Amino acid sequence: MIGFEDIVAHYNHWITVFLMVSGLYIVVARGNMVKKLIGLSIFQTSVYLLFISAGKILGGTAPIISEDYQVYSNPLPHVLILTAIVVGVATLSLGLALVVRINEAYGTIEEDEIFAEDEQ
Amino acid sequence: MVLLTLMAIITIGIVRLRNLFAVVILGGIYSFLMASVMIVLDAVDVAMTEASVGAGISTVLMLGTLYLTKTEESDPGHSPLLPLFVAVVMAGVLVYATIDLPPFGLADNPVHVHVAPRYLDYSIEETNVPNVVTSVLASYRGYDTLGETAVIFTAGIAVLLLLKGRRKLKPGPKRKRIKR
Repeated sequence: MIGFEDIVAHYNHWITVFLMVSGLYIVVARGNMVKKLIGLSIFQTSVYLLFISAGKILGGTAPIISEDYQVYSNPLPHVLILTAIVVGVATLSLGLALVVRINEAYGTIEEDEIFAEDEQ
Repeated sequence: MVLLTLMAIITIGIVRLRNLFAVVILGGIYSFLMASVMIVLDAVDVAMTEASVGAGISTVLMLGTLYLTKTEESDPGHSPLLPLFVAVVMAGVLVYATIDLPPFGLADNPVHVHVAPRYLDYSIEETNVPNVVTSVLASYRGYDTLGETAVIFTAGIAVLLLLKGRRKLKPGPKRKRIKR
């Protein structure tokens, strides 16, 4: 059966999964485009959490070399996620600019209203 | 663990609320919580970036968009059952997959044995930078960072192009044609 150790060993992963499917749910179920973009960024941050959790060593410290410490957490995921965060905000700003333009052209940012207007 | 649970609760709030203004503010809180989690997980550089970029710039961009559009989300016409089903099935599959992942935080996990020790051992000798994240970002993987700046540059230009045509379009007769 699942003991306390198993829960601690995988709690980060489970929260990651929860955040990821919440983001997916928002993207699929909600018609509002700003809400969809927020869902996408939640999906993205769940991936950050997954990578950084993999890089942590219990009892380790931040990967800044010093005489006082011997064990450091893995710096490689940190670098990858730094890049991912910055690229994520770039794509987010592009998406928001598209939303503003869509609002200009259609007067709405709701998906079904846009489809209805297209069919007229 | 407490922080992670708080994050899950905030996410439920984001999913349920319809007022987009409240959702954006909750998104800012979410980003700050994520930054705190990053500090706990020893990723100080990531925490700083997340706090400034995720909670700062993203929130400001979102608020700007809301100012230009509207702040209330309308009720979706269709039932949420199908997306909910997809999400739950996917969650089940992913949780099943986590059972095979190595447990959290052990030093002999596969991630920690291959590339990272090389960086940790030789960073001081080769780059003379004590912060290994900095040395990997700017030296060992400098080309990644160059590509990242290229992406930001492209996105910035695209945003400028998209928003520049906006003002010209507003008063002219073209807008009516598009709106029908």
